[in-house]
Amino acid sequence: MSLDRRDFLKLSAAGIMVGVFPGCATSGSEIVKKSGQRVVIVGGGFGGATAAKYIRMWGEEKIEVVLIERNALFVSCPMSNTVLGGSRTIDDLTQNYDTLKKKYGVKLVQGEVTAIDPQKQTVMLADGYLSYDRLIVAPGVDFMFDQIEGLSAKVAGESIPHAWKAGPQTVMLRKQLEAMPDGGVFAISIPKAPYRCPPGPYERACQVAFYLKNNKPKSKVLILDANPDITSKKGLFTAAWKELYPGMVEYRPNAAVMKVDVAGKIAKTEFEDVKTDVLNIIPPMKAGMVANMAGVVGADNRWCAVDFLSYESKVQKNIHVIGDSVAAALPKSGHLATSQAKVCAAAIIELMQGRQPDTSPAIANTCYSMVSNNEAVHVAHVYRFNAEKKEMVAADGGGVSASRSEAEGSLANYWLKNILADVLL
Amino acid sequence: MKMNRFQTLTIACAVGWSLSSVAAHAEVDAHSRNLTASCAACHGTNGHSVGGAPVLAGMDKTFFVNQMKDFKSGARPATVMHHHAKGYSDEEFEKMAGFYAAQKR
Repeated sequence: MSLDRRDFLKLSAAGIMVGVFPGCATSGSEIVKKSGQRVVIVGGGFGGATAAKYIRMWGEEKIEVVLIERNALFVSCPMSNTVLGGSRTIDDLTQNYDTLKKKYGVKLVQGEVTAIDPQKQTVMLADGYLSYDRLIVAPGVDFMFDQIEGLSAKVAGESIPHAWKAGPQTVMLRKQLEAMPDGGVFAISIPKAPYRCPPGPYERACQVAFYLKNNKPKSKVLILDANPDITSKKGLFTAAWKELYPGMVEYRPNAAVMKVDVAGKIAKTEFEDVKTDVLNIIPPMKAGMVANMAGVVGADNRWCAVDFLSYESKVQKNIHVIGDSVAAALPKSGHLATSQAKVCAAAIIELMQGRQPDTSPAIANTCYSMVSNNEAVHVAHVYRFNAEKKEMVAADGGGVSASRSEAEGSLANYWLKNILADVLL
Repeated sequence: MKMNRFQTLTIACAVGWSLSSVAAHAEVDAHSRNLTASCAACHGTNGHSVGGAPVLAGMDKTFFVNQMKDFKSGARPATVMHHHAKGYSDEEFEKMAGFYAAQKR
């Protein structure tokens, strides 16, 4: 074995070392000594944290759960657009993992996964490894910066934030809006679907418009959408832009940003160069890199195919994938990540006892968007397993709000409170 | 004597068995439990809402089923619940109701 550590990391990052050098995957010592049947979960977002709690809760605490998360704190992406509008701070959306540890006995490991060996059933971190009986991969999304010339993770972190993972970039974007001159242009670039949180970019346009209307009323919000039309809650968003922020929000369909001039903050589409003051580019997305390490990403090199009864990968035994990384006809939402996590948790408990998973899962999604500081709109659907198609299919009867309202604004705030408690408390 | 699950449980309590939450949950089948799980985003874990949406834990079974049927038919106006109720069968309402009724308030 003549690979040095840098090569090892490069290979694992490219997702091509899986199973090729099994010797590497168990070097070092086991970080937490395995004490019985164990599930290791990589990623402590909405999906991963929920799976951890529910396996412990439903499994009568008989299954050991190790949750690996690189960040010390949980920051909610849902409702983080309100940080831009000013009705919340990032601290309001930040929680810790203490209750998962203390109340449910989840073993938390803070660290970054460097490789996964599906044959030996081990997960490698910088300071050792963890072995598993079943692995849940819940890495959320990663960004395909290379799809937009001039853009990179570095550029996003320094001057043209995506702010599509709540945290420092959300705060940066808010500061950029605060520093923008009255009469300036804020532009948001939306990637082609599928991407995380379909209504999110349009909600963001509302939140930025809310801030600008009250602070810099001569400014403009420009939406550059790679899609041919608004992908979610169309009537409700267009009504909000027209009635709440007249003359401020402009929507351009089929306007994929191909290239960016970082210094000039110019977004270049096929048709035009758009000069902006604050530029927010949401790049195309794919399954988080951990999915590549686990060898569960499909031929599209983006998303992961799963069995919807257990969320077990279609290509790697004993590895399950939940949340935004999954290839499905489901919106990539926080609520659905938690719902998938629960189906997966229940299935793992059954499988570990030699039984079969529930054969008719039905899950719900309720997604609110804040169109101002206190009014919201929703989309809600039930999704049921279709045994013929082997897919989750939307049931009849789902839909969107009749109109925006303060009543729904209040429900949206309570939704956040309840879902965060369900995930973490 | 043929007993239903509730009677068995009641007798278990009466004779002084320790009734852990685990034993209480075991009285409701996993499918019923799974069906209710995604309601938690608004109604809290096991129906223990922490605000806004009603607490479903401990709710009377018949009351729950009737509310869901009324959301489904439109007899009870709703902001969101009609979108959910229409996605489930009446049999599923019964199962969900059974789970929530078994949860301690």
